[in-house]
Amino acid sequence: MGHEGTEGAIREILATYGRLNRPAAELAVDADLFTVGLDSQAVINVMLAIEERFDFEFPENRLNRATFATIKSIADVADSARASA
Amino acid sequence: MSDAKALPTPHIVEIGEQAIPEAALKVAAEFAGEVDHVGRFPSETFWVLRDYGLLGALVPKSCGGHGASLGRVAADCQALGAACSASGMILAMHHVQVACLARHALGAPWHTALLRRVARDQLLLASSTSEVDIGGALRTSGCAIVRQKNRFEVVKRASAISYAKDADAILVTARAHQDAASGDQALAVVERNGLTLEPQNEWDAMGMRGTGTGAFILTGKGAMEQILATPFADVAACTMVPISHILWSAVWTGIAGDAVARARAFLRKKPPAADGSLPHGALALAEAVEQLQLAEARIKMAITAFDWQTPVSPNFASAAADNGLKTGVSEVCLAVTQQAMAVCGFAGFARKGPFSVSRHLRDLHSAPLMIANSRMRESAARLLLAQKPLLGLD
Repeated sequence: MGHEGTEGAIREILATYGRLNRPAAELAVDADLFTVGLDSQAVINVMLAIEERFDFEFPENRLNRATFATIKSIADVADSARASA
Repeated sequence: MSDAKALPTPHIVEIGEQAIPEAALKVAAEFAGEVDHVGRFPSETFWVLRDYGLLGALVPKSCGGHGASLGRVAADCQALGAACSASGMILAMHHVQVACLARHALGAPWHTALLRRVARDQLLLASSTSEVDIGGALRTSGCAIVRQKNRFEVVKRASAISYAKDADAILVTARAHQDAASGDQALAVVERNGLTLEPQNEWDAMGMRGTGTGAFILTGKGAMEQILATPFADVAACTMVPISHILWSAVWTGIAGDAVARARAFLRKKPPAADGSLPHGALALAEAVEQLQLAEARIKMAITAFDWQTPVSPNFASAAADNGLKTGVSEVCLAVTQQAMAVCGFAGFARKGPFSVSRHLRDLHSAPLMIANSRMRESAARLLLAQKPLLGLD
Protein backbone atom coordinates (compact mmCIF):
# COMPACT_ATOMS: atom_id res chain seq x y z
CA MET A 1 0.00 0.00 0.00
CA GLY A 2 1.46 3.40 -0.98
CA HIS A 3 1.43 6.53 1.14
CA GLU A 4 -1.89 7.70 -0.32
CA GLY A 5 -3.38 4.31 0.35
CA THR A 6 -2.24 4.59 3.95
CA GLU A 7 -3.83 8.01 4.23
CA GLY A 8 -7.09 6.70 2.79
CA ALA A 9 -7.19 3.84 5.28
CA ILE A 10 -6.46 6.27 8.12
CA ARG A 11 -9.37 8.45 6.99
CA GLU A 12 -11.68 5.42 7.13
CA ILE A 13 -10.49 4.59 10.63
CA LEU A 14 -10.87 8.21 11.75
CA ALA A 15 -14.41 8.21 10.37
CA THR A 16 -15.24 5.12 12.43
CA TYR A 17 -13.37 5.79 15.68
CA GLY A 18 -12.28 9.45 15.69
CA ARG A 19 -15.61 11.02 16.74
CA LEU A 20 -14.67 14.02 14.58
CA ASN A 21 -17.06 16.88 14.00
CA ARG A 22 -16.22 16.95 10.28
CA PRO A 23 -16.15 14.14 7.68
CA ALA A 24 -12.66 12.60 7.76
CA ALA A 25 -12.67 12.33 3.95
CA GLU A 26 -12.76 16.13 3.63
CA LEU A 27 -9.84 16.90 5.93
CA ALA A 28 -6.51 18.15 4.62
CA VAL A 29 -3.65 15.77 5.43
CA ASP A 30 -2.07 18.41 7.65
CA ALA A 31 -5.26 19.52 9.43
CA ASP A 32 -4.96 19.39 13.22
CA LEU A 33 -7.20 16.48 14.20
CA PHE A 34 -7.44 17.70 17.80
CA THR A 35 -9.15 20.88 16.62
CA VAL A 36 -11.85 18.89 14.80
CA GLY A 37 -12.89 16.82 17.76
CA LEU A 38 -10.30 14.06 18.23
CA ASP A 39 -9.89 13.62 21.98
CA SER A 40 -7.66 11.62 24.27
CA GLN A 41 -10.16 8.76 24.45
CA ALA A 42 -10.82 8.48 20.73
CA VAL A 43 -7.14 8.66 19.88
CA ILE A 44 -6.52 5.35 21.65
CA ASN A 45 -9.23 3.62 19.62
CA VAL A 46 -7.84 5.14 16.44
CA MET A 47 -4.37 3.90 17.33
CA LEU A 48 -5.52 0.37 18.13
CA ALA A 49 -7.56 0.23 14.90
CA ILE A 50 -4.57 1.34 12.83
CA GLU A 51 -2.32 -1.27 14.43
CA GLU A 52 -4.94 -3.92 13.74
CA ARG A 53 -5.50 -2.81 10.14
CA PHE A 54 -1.81 -2.60 9.18
CA ASP A 55 -0.56 -5.35 11.48
CA PHE A 56 2.23 -3.42 13.16
CA GLU A 57 2.86 -1.71 16.46
CA PHE A 58 3.60 1.98 16.81
CA PRO A 59 7.14 2.50 18.13
CA GLU A 60 7.17 3.35 21.86
CA ASN A 61 8.74 6.75 21.27
CA ARG A 62 6.01 7.73 18.83
CA LEU A 63 3.10 6.96 21.12
CA ASN A 64 2.29 10.57 21.88
CA ARG A 65 -0.05 13.33 20.93
CA ALA A 66 2.18 14.70 18.15
CA THR A 67 2.00 11.43 16.22
CA PHE A 68 -1.79 11.59 16.10
CA ALA A 69 -2.09 15.31 15.40
CA THR A 70 -2.58 15.00 11.61
CA ILE A 71 -3.40 12.35 9.01
CA LYS A 72 0.05 12.95 7.52
CA SER A 73 1.92 12.43 10.80
CA ILE A 74 0.03 9.18 11.47
CA ALA A 75 0.72 7.96 7.91
CA ASP A 76 4.42 8.87 8.14
CA VAL A 77 4.87 6.91 11.35
CA ALA A 78 2.78 4.00 10.07
CA ASP A 79 4.70 3.77 6.78
CA SER A 80 8.13 4.03 8.37
CA ALA A 81 7.22 1.51 11.07
CA ARG A 82 5.99 -0.96 8.46
CA ALA A 83 9.06 -0.37 6.27
CA SER A 84 11.38 -1.24 9.13
CA ALA A 85 9.29 -4.20 10.30
CA MET B 1 -8.37 37.40 63.47
CA SER B 2 -4.66 37.69 64.08
CA ASP B 3 -2.68 40.54 65.48
CA ALA B 4 -0.84 41.91 62.48
CA LYS B 5 1.98 43.10 64.73
CA ALA B 6 2.79 39.51 65.58
CA LEU B 7 3.62 38.74 61.95
CA PRO B 8 7.06 39.25 60.40
CA THR B 9 7.64 42.72 58.96
CA PRO B 10 6.63 42.81 55.29
CA HIS B 11 9.73 42.57 53.17
CA ILE B 12 10.63 39.95 50.62
CA VAL B 13 13.45 37.71 51.80
CA GLU B 14 15.41 35.78 49.17
CA ILE B 15 15.30 32.12 50.19
CA GLY B 16 15.78 30.27 46.88
CA GLU B 17 16.20 26.54 47.48
CA GLN B 18 15.90 26.82 51.25
CA ALA B 19 12.97 25.08 52.91
CA ILE B 20 9.80 27.01 53.67
CA PRO B 21 10.45 29.09 56.83
CA GLU B 22 9.20 27.86 60.18
CA ALA B 23 7.40 31.19 60.62
CA ALA B 24 5.04 30.34 57.74
CA LEU B 25 4.35 26.85 59.07
CA LYS B 26 3.75 28.17 62.57
CA VAL B 27 1.24 30.77 61.45
CA ALA B 28 -0.51 28.26 59.15
CA ALA B 29 -0.83 25.75 61.99
CA GLU B 30 -2.02 28.41 64.41
CA PHE B 31 -4.92 29.43 62.19
CA ALA B 32 -5.71 26.05 60.60
CA GLY B 33 -8.51 25.31 63.03
CA GLU B 34 -10.21 28.64 62.53
CA VAL B 35 -9.78 28.56 58.75
CA ASP B 36 -11.47 25.16 58.76
CA HIS B 37 -14.18 26.05 61.25
CA VAL B 38 -15.20 29.33 59.63
CA GLY B 39 -14.43 28.16 56.10
CA ARG B 40 -12.37 31.17 55.11
CA PHE B 41 -9.24 31.98 53.12
CA PRO B 42 -6.05 31.42 55.17
CA SER B 43 -5.01 35.07 54.92
CA GLU B 44 -2.45 34.94 57.72
CA THR B 45 -0.51 32.14 56.00
CA PHE B 46 -0.41 34.03 52.74
CA TRP B 47 0.78 37.24 54.38
CA VAL B 48 3.82 35.34 55.61
CA LEU B 49 4.34 33.46 52.32
CA ARG B 50 4.31 36.81 50.52
CA ASP B 51 6.82 38.25 52.98
CA TYR B 52 9.22 35.52 51.97
CA GLY B 53 8.46 35.91 48.28
CA LEU B 54 7.20 32.33 48.16
CA LEU B 55 4.44 33.00 45.61
CA GLY B 56 7.36 33.56 43.25
CA ALA B 57 9.14 30.32 44.18
CA LEU B 58 8.64 28.78 40.72
CA VAL B 59 9.04 32.07 38.83
CA PRO B 60 12.37 31.94 36.97
CA LYS B 61 15.21 34.01 38.39
CA SER B 62 15.26 35.95 35.11
CA CYS B 63 11.83 37.29 36.10
CA GLY B 64 12.80 38.05 39.67
CA GLY B 65 11.52 34.82 41.22
CA HIS B 66 13.34 32.20 43.27
CA GLY B 67 13.70 29.81 40.34
CA ALA B 68 13.24 26.98 42.83
CA SER B 69 13.16 23.36 41.73
CA LEU B 70 9.97 21.33 41.48
CA GLY B 71 11.28 19.09 44.26
CA ARG B 72 11.78 22.10 46.51
CA VAL B 73 8.26 23.47 46.04
CA ALA B 74 6.76 19.97 46.43
CA ALA B 75 8.48 19.66 49.82
CA ASP B 76 7.21 23.13 50.76
CA CYS B 77 3.64 22.24 49.76
CA GLN B 78 3.92 19.06 51.82
CA ALA B 79 5.16 20.93 54.90
CA LEU B 80 2.50 23.61 54.54
CA GLY B 81 -0.20 20.98 53.98
CA ALA B 82 0.83 19.33 57.23
CA ALA B 83 0.33 22.63 59.04
CA CYS B 84 -2.89 23.69 57.26
CA SER B 85 -4.40 21.62 54.45
CA ALA B 86 -6.14 24.55 52.77
CA SER B 87 -2.98 26.68 52.82
CA GLY B 88 -0.95 23.85 51.28
CA MET B 89 -3.51 23.13 48.59
CA ILE B 90 -3.91 26.80 47.65
CA LEU B 91 -0.13 27.23 47.40
CA ALA B 92 0.07 24.07 45.27
CA MET B 93 -2.67 25.28 42.91
CA HIS B 94 -0.97 28.67 42.59
CA HIS B 95 2.36 27.02 41.73
CA VAL B 96 0.65 24.97 38.99
CA GLN B 97 -0.55 28.16 37.31
CA VAL B 98 2.91 29.75 37.59
CA ALA B 99 4.43 26.61 36.08
CA CYS B 100 2.05 26.80 33.10
CA LEU B 101 3.15 30.38 32.41
CA ALA B 102 6.85 29.76 33.06
CA ARG B 103 7.01 26.71 30.79
CA HIS B 104 4.71 27.79 27.97
CA ALA B 105 4.59 31.59 27.81
CA LEU B 106 7.99 32.82 28.91
CA GLY B 107 8.74 34.25 25.46
CA ALA B 108 5.54 36.30 25.32
CA PRO B 109 5.98 39.90 26.56
CA TRP B 110 2.64 40.12 28.39
CA HIS B 111 3.09 36.83 30.23
CA THR B 112 6.73 37.53 31.04
CA ALA B 113 5.64 40.84 32.56
CA LEU B 114 2.96 38.99 34.54
CA LEU B 115 5.54 36.55 35.91
CA ARG B 116 7.68 39.51 36.98
CA ARG B 117 4.66 40.94 38.80
CA VAL B 118 3.95 37.58 40.44
CA ALA B 119 7.47 37.71 41.88
CA ARG B 120 7.58 41.44 42.66
CA ASP B 121 4.01 42.03 43.85
CA GLN B 122 3.38 38.46 45.05
CA LEU B 123 0.23 37.99 42.95
CA LEU B 124 -1.87 34.92 43.70
CA LEU B 125 -3.04 32.98 40.63
CA ALA B 126 -6.11 30.74 40.50
CA SER B 127 -7.55 28.39 37.90
CA SER B 128 -10.92 27.94 36.22
CA THR B 129 -11.11 24.75 34.17
CA SER B 130 -14.31 22.93 35.22
CA GLU B 131 -17.63 24.00 33.80
CA VAL B 132 -21.34 23.35 34.37
CA ASP B 133 -22.61 20.49 32.12
CA ILE B 134 -18.99 19.39 31.50
CA GLY B 135 -17.70 18.90 35.05
CA GLY B 136 -14.05 18.24 35.66
CA ALA B 137 -13.17 17.04 32.15
CA LEU B 138 -10.11 19.25 31.80
CA ARG B 139 -9.75 18.87 28.06
CA THR B 140 -13.29 19.91 27.18
CA SER B 141 -14.79 23.40 27.19
CA GLY B 142 -18.24 24.70 26.36
CA CYS B 143 -17.59 28.43 26.66
CA ALA B 144 -15.56 30.20 23.99
CA ILE B 145 -13.16 33.09 23.61
CA VAL B 146 -15.10 35.83 21.81
CA ARG B 147 -12.72 38.14 20.02
CA GLN B 148 -13.46 41.80 19.36
CA LYS B 149 -10.52 43.32 17.48
CA ASN B 150 -7.57 43.03 19.89
CA ARG B 151 -9.75 42.34 22.93
CA PHE B 152 -11.54 39.21 24.11
CA GLU B 153 -14.40 38.29 26.36
CA VAL B 154 -15.23 34.90 27.86
CA VAL B 155 -18.34 34.00 29.86
CA LYS B 156 -17.98 30.74 31.73
CA ARG B 157 -20.40 28.90 34.00
CA ALA B 158 -17.58 27.70 36.22
CA SER B 159 -18.61 24.79 38.45
CA ALA B 160 -15.66 25.10 40.83
CA ILE B 161 -13.03 27.80 41.27
CA SER B 162 -10.92 27.72 44.40
CA TYR B 163 -10.05 30.98 46.27
CA ALA B 164 -11.52 32.92 43.33
CA LYS B 165 -12.24 36.01 45.40
CA ASP B 166 -8.75 36.13 46.89
CA ALA B 167 -6.87 35.64 43.62
CA ASP B 168 -5.23 38.45 41.66
CA ALA B 169 -5.70 36.67 38.33
CA ILE B 170 -7.45 33.53 37.09
CA LEU B 171 -6.26 31.30 34.26
CA VAL B 172 -9.40 30.32 32.35
CA THR B 173 -9.86 27.55 29.79
CA ALA B 174 -12.27 28.09 26.91
CA ARG B 175 -12.74 27.02 23.32
CA ALA B 176 -10.16 28.93 21.29
CA HIS B 177 -12.86 30.72 19.24
CA GLN B 178 -16.61 30.55 18.72
CA ASP B 179 -16.43 27.88 16.00
CA ALA B 180 -13.83 25.75 17.79
CA ALA B 181 -14.52 22.14 18.80
CA SER B 182 -14.89 21.41 22.51
CA GLY B 183 -11.33 20.06 22.68
CA ASP B 184 -9.77 22.99 20.78
CA GLN B 185 -9.03 25.08 23.86
CA ALA B 186 -7.04 28.15 24.77
CA LEU B 187 -5.82 29.32 28.17
CA ALA B 188 -6.54 32.98 28.93
CA VAL B 189 -5.23 34.99 31.86
CA VAL B 190 -7.93 37.22 33.32
CA GLU B 191 -6.80 39.82 35.83
CA ARG B 192 -8.86 41.06 38.74
CA ASN B 193 -9.71 44.31 36.93
CA GLY B 194 -11.12 42.37 33.96
CA LEU B 195 -13.04 39.89 36.04
CA THR B 196 -16.64 39.64 37.21
CA LEU B 197 -17.67 36.74 39.45
CA GLU B 198 -21.33 36.01 40.19
CA PRO B 199 -21.46 33.42 42.99
CA GLN B 200 -23.83 30.52 42.31
CA ASN B 201 -23.52 28.67 45.60
CA GLU B 202 -21.95 28.79 49.02
CA TRP B 203 -18.89 26.62 49.74
CA ASP B 204 -19.89 24.80 52.92
CA ALA B 205 -18.09 21.51 52.47
CA MET B 206 -17.03 18.57 54.61
CA GLY B 207 -13.35 19.39 54.25
CA MET B 208 -10.81 21.67 52.59
CA ARG B 209 -13.11 24.38 53.84
CA GLY B 210 -10.49 27.13 53.58
CA THR B 211 -10.04 26.70 49.82
CA GLY B 212 -13.33 28.53 49.17
CA THR B 213 -14.16 26.42 46.14
CA GLY B 214 -17.34 27.91 44.71
CA ALA B 215 -19.40 27.92 41.53
CA PHE B 216 -19.48 31.21 39.68
CA ILE B 217 -20.59 32.74 36.45
CA LEU B 218 -17.24 34.15 35.40
CA THR B 219 -17.01 36.99 32.93
CA GLY B 220 -13.47 37.72 31.88
CA LYS B 221 -12.19 40.48 29.64
CA GLY B 222 -8.73 41.36 28.48
CA ALA B 223 -6.34 41.97 25.61
CA MET B 224 -5.82 39.17 23.09
CA GLU B 225 -2.15 39.00 24.14
CA GLN B 226 -3.31 37.67 27.53
CA ILE B 227 -4.24 34.39 25.82
CA LEU B 228 -1.39 31.87 25.71
CA ALA B 229 -0.22 31.18 22.18
CA THR B 230 0.44 27.54 23.09
CA PRO B 231 -2.77 25.48 22.70
CA PHE B 232 -4.17 24.43 26.07
CA ALA B 233 -3.88 20.79 24.95
CA ASP B 234 -0.10 21.12 25.17
CA VAL B 235 -0.12 23.18 28.36
CA ALA B 236 -2.35 20.58 30.02
CA ALA B 237 -0.41 17.52 28.87
CA CYS B 238 3.09 18.88 29.46
CA THR B 239 2.59 20.90 32.62
CA MET B 240 -0.82 21.39 34.22
CA VAL B 241 -1.69 17.71 34.64
CA PRO B 242 1.68 16.30 35.74
CA ILE B 243 2.57 19.18 38.07
CA SER B 244 -0.93 19.28 39.60
CA HIS B 245 -0.67 15.62 40.43
CA ILE B 246 2.81 15.97 41.93
CA LEU B 247 1.98 19.00 44.07
CA TRP B 248 -1.50 17.83 45.13
CA SER B 249 0.05 14.52 46.13
CA ALA B 250 2.72 16.36 48.09
CA VAL B 251 0.03 18.24 50.03
CA TRP B 252 -1.91 15.03 50.72
CA THR B 253 1.16 13.25 52.08
CA GLY B 254 1.77 16.29 54.28
CA ILE B 255 -1.74 16.05 55.76
CA ALA B 256 -1.46 12.28 56.24
CA GLY B 257 2.06 12.72 57.66
CA ASP B 258 0.76 15.11 60.30
CA ALA B 259 -2.02 12.65 61.20
CA VAL B 260 0.59 9.90 61.59
CA ALA B 261 2.77 12.19 63.72
CA ARG B 262 -0.21 12.80 66.00
CA ALA B 263 -0.90 9.06 66.22
CA ARG B 264 2.74 8.45 67.14
CA ALA B 265 2.64 11.16 69.80
CA PHE B 266 -0.52 9.56 71.19
CA LEU B 267 1.18 6.18 71.48
CA ARG B 268 4.30 7.66 73.08
CA LYS B 269 2.22 9.27 75.81
CA LYS B 270 0.99 5.90 77.01
CA PRO B 271 2.94 4.50 79.96
CA PRO B 272 5.16 1.57 78.90
CA ALA B 273 3.68 -1.84 79.67
CA ALA B 274 5.48 -3.70 82.47
CA ASP B 275 5.67 -6.85 80.32
CA GLY B 276 7.28 -4.95 77.44
CA SER B 277 4.32 -5.45 75.11
CA LEU B 278 3.51 -2.88 72.44
CA PRO B 279 0.72 -0.40 73.12
CA HIS B 280 -2.54 -1.05 71.32
CA GLY B 281 -2.36 0.63 67.90
CA ALA B 282 1.42 0.50 67.50
CA LEU B 283 1.22 -1.98 64.63
CA ALA B 284 -1.27 0.27 62.84
CA LEU B 285 1.29 3.06 63.14
CA ALA B 286 3.93 0.89 61.48
CA GLU B 287 1.53 -0.01 58.67
CA ALA B 288 0.57 3.63 58.16
CA VAL B 289 4.22 4.68 57.92
CA GLU B 290 4.91 1.88 55.41
CA GLN B 291 2.12 3.07 53.18
CA LEU B 292 3.03 6.72 53.48
CA GLN B 293 6.65 5.97 52.59
CA LEU B 294 5.47 4.15 49.45
CA ALA B 295 3.40 7.19 48.52
CA GLU B 296 6.34 9.54 49.09
CA ALA B 297 8.60 7.31 46.99
CA ARG B 298 6.02 7.45 44.20
CA ILE B 299 6.03 11.25 44.31
CA LYS B 300 9.84 11.36 44.29
CA MET B 301 9.81 9.05 41.26
CA ALA B 302 7.51 11.46 39.42
CA ILE B 303 9.64 14.48 40.35
CA THR B 304 12.81 12.72 39.18
CA ALA B 305 11.20 11.75 35.87
CA PHE B 306 9.94 15.27 35.23
CA ASP B 307 12.18 17.31 32.94
CA TRP B 308 11.46 20.95 33.78
CA GLN B 309 13.69 22.33 31.03
CA THR B 310 12.03 20.58 28.10
CA PRO B 311 8.24 20.61 27.99
CA VAL B 312 7.36 17.57 25.90
CA SER B 313 4.01 15.94 25.52
CA PRO B 314 4.16 12.70 27.53
CA ASN B 315 3.68 9.42 25.73
CA PHE B 316 0.67 7.27 26.60
CA ALA B 317 2.43 5.29 29.31
CA SER B 318 3.71 8.46 30.99
CA ALA B 319 0.23 10.01 30.86
CA ALA B 320 -1.16 6.87 32.50
CA ALA B 321 1.54 7.16 35.17
CA ASP B 322 0.57 10.82 35.79
CA ASN B 323 -2.96 9.60 36.51
CA GLY B 324 -1.77 6.67 38.60
CA LEU B 325 0.25 8.99 40.83
CA LYS B 326 -2.87 10.96 41.73
CA THR B 327 -5.27 8.04 42.15
CA GLY B 328 -2.79 5.98 44.14
CA VAL B 329 -1.48 8.67 46.49
CA SER B 330 -4.92 10.15 47.17
CA GLU B 331 -6.29 6.80 48.34
CA VAL B 332 -3.21 5.85 50.36
CA CYS B 333 -3.25 9.16 52.23
CA LEU B 334 -6.93 8.77 53.09
CA ALA B 335 -6.39 5.20 54.30
CA VAL B 336 -3.32 6.15 56.32
CA THR B 337 -5.21 8.93 58.06
CA GLN B 338 -8.08 6.56 58.82
CA GLN B 339 -5.50 4.32 60.51
CA ALA B 340 -4.16 7.28 62.47
CA MET B 341 -7.67 7.90 63.76
CA ALA B 342 -8.02 4.26 64.77
CA VAL B 343 -4.79 4.61 66.78
CA CYS B 344 -5.91 7.80 68.53
CA GLY B 345 -9.48 6.62 69.15
CA PHE B 346 -11.80 9.29 70.45
CA ALA B 347 -8.86 11.65 70.98
CA GLY B 348 -8.48 11.47 67.21
CA PHE B 349 -12.20 11.78 66.61
CA ALA B 350 -12.31 14.98 68.67
CA ARG B 351 -12.36 18.25 66.75
CA LYS B 352 -9.62 19.79 68.89
CA GLY B 353 -6.63 18.67 70.90
CA PRO B 354 -3.11 17.46 70.12
CA PHE B 355 -4.33 14.04 68.92
CA SER B 356 -7.27 15.25 66.82
CA VAL B 357 -7.07 13.98 63.23
CA SER B 358 -10.70 14.62 62.32
CA ARG B 359 -9.89 17.68 60.20
CA HIS B 360 -7.15 15.75 58.42
CA LEU B 361 -9.58 12.96 57.61
CA ARG B 362 -12.29 15.33 56.40
CA ASP B 363 -9.81 17.24 54.25
CA LEU B 364 -8.38 14.09 52.68
CA HIS B 365 -11.83 12.89 51.63
CA SER B 366 -11.51 15.57 48.92
CA ALA B 367 -8.43 13.90 47.44
CA PRO B 368 -10.11 11.06 45.50
CA LEU B 369 -12.77 13.54 44.30
CA MET B 370 -10.51 16.27 42.87
CA ILE B 371 -11.03 14.89 39.37
CA ALA B 372 -12.79 11.65 40.28
CA ASN B 373 -10.42 8.72 40.66
CA SER B 374 -12.84 6.44 38.78
CA ARG B 375 -12.70 8.69 35.73
CA MET B 376 -8.92 8.98 35.94
CA ARG B 377 -8.56 5.21 36.11
CA GLU B 378 -10.76 4.80 33.03
CA SER B 379 -8.48 7.17 31.19
CA ALA B 380 -5.36 5.37 32.44
CA ALA B 381 -6.87 2.02 31.43
CA ARG B 382 -7.31 3.21 27.84
CA LEU B 383 -3.75 4.50 27.74
CA LEU B 384 -2.40 1.24 29.14
CA LEU B 385 -4.19 -0.75 26.45
CA ALA B 386 -2.23 1.33 23.95
CA GLN B 387 1.20 1.21 25.56
CA LYS B 388 2.82 -1.06 28.11
CA PRO B 389 3.15 0.50 31.56
CA LEU B 390 6.28 2.14 32.92
CA LEU B 391 7.60 -0.66 35.09
CA GLY B 392 11.04 -2.01 35.91
CA LEU B 393 13.88 -0.83 38.11
CA ASP B 394 16.25 -0.12 35.25
